[in-house]
Amino acid sequence: MQDKGLTPSQTVGPYFKYGLTPNGAYQWNDAFTNNLVTPDTSGDRIRVEGRVFDGDGAPVPDCMLEIWQADAQGRFSDPQDSRALKNSSFKGFGRCGTDPNGGYSFDTIKPGSVPDPDGKPQAPHLLLAIFARGMLLQLYTRIYFDGEGGNAADPVLALVPADRRATLIATRKAGDVYQLDIRLQGDDETVFFDI
Amino acid sequence: MTLSYPLSSLAAHPARLSPAYKSTVKRSPSKPLIPMRHTLTELTGPVYGHETVRENDHDLTVQHKGEPLGERIIVHGHVLDEDGRGVPNVLVELWQANACGRYIHVVDQHPAPLDPNFTGAGRAQSDAQGYYRFITIKPGAYPWGNHPNAWRPAHIHFSVFGHSFVSRLVTQMYFPGDPLFEFDPIFNSVPDEKARLRMVSSFDLENTKPDWALCYRFNIVLRGREATPMETK
Repeated sequence: MQDKGLTPSQTVGPYFKYGLTPNGAYQWNDAFTNNLVTPDTSGDRIRVEGRVFDGDGAPVPDCMLEIWQADAQGRFSDPQDSRALKNSSFKGFGRCGTDPNGGYSFDTIKPGSVPDPDGKPQAPHLLLAIFARGMLLQLYTRIYFDGEGGNAADPVLALVPADRRATLIATRKAGDVYQLDIRLQGDDETVFFDI
Repeated sequence: MTLSYPLSSLAAHPARLSPAYKSTVKRSPSKPLIPMRHTLTELTGPVYGHETVRENDHDLTVQHKGEPLGERIIVHGHVLDEDGRGVPNVLVELWQANACGRYIHVVDQHPAPLDPNFTGAGRAQSDAQGYYRFITIKPGAYPWGNHPNAWRPAHIHFSVFGHSFVSRLVTQMYFPGDPLFEFDPIFNSVPDEKARLRMVSSFDLENTKPDWALCYRFNIVLRGREATPMETK
């Protein structure tokens, strides 16, 4: 009989692709993709892309990234958010396996502002979970957007030492494309949150 | 503010840097993680309905023209939270090697045969009580390159969504009595023995199907929404 208490986490391992992110390469369908946009989705379309690197600066080609985000009005597609729109087809969840160069991308919309537990506005952000071979437990970080006026007053960014904040803020490239690399370890290590 | 998901529960998990599992050495953070309060972003999570799970996604033995080789088994149990409540309507995904210990993933070069009738991927949704059920074949052990003569104990990978994005869990289910347990750095990355044994399924004679399949029970316990607060001393 199993003891009570949390089931421990284990690594996703090197072979998750055919089950979790087959993307046409295997005889299995994707439950989730890296495209969150649906026909009825309102908001500014954006692409967020980047690469994932390990402590040696080598790309991580066998990584799985998942994002969770609010819609353009800052509402989550979850009944636990009492402001959620029923029947919205925007689910706010995306999944992407990295390519051989450690690259990832998500096509989505810029989320709206979400209140913090005191009701203060948070700047628009994505919550990112990172899984890979060699990672026994997922890491969580956030992706903010360069040029957002709310960043300066964001209560979570304020917890991060100023010299590390840039690791959380995607830079705007051409058009609607934002870019942010994830560094799992080292001097420029991405800020991860203990949540 | 209610801290709905106490961090104390996380002690059950492995340390991210577990040097015996060599790939953790360059893939674990070197700086301390930054604590923060859970906001609505962390306290909510994806909700998916029946459209995500198709009719035979839970039965890995009927996904091809013929039946896969190997020992047919039923794997079932409940997705629970730390307070023992069933977690209803959550997505449970699994993937595994075939009976010979070979994955269909192109990177897997273990010289054991592939099975044209077995992909090794499945999906189910927990019911209103948190119950889920799969039919599959028992995966084989397989070698890996972590250290000389390293073999993984037979296991099934599980990916589960819970009440919120912070209760997300990826784990591995093991089989009782595996002689490889004591040699496996991934299994042993969980420091507490009781916690480690929570990853081991139990043989379930009562729910075997006579003349058809053996059964294993695997309950998956996720972070609780209102886990009992630690007593302050």
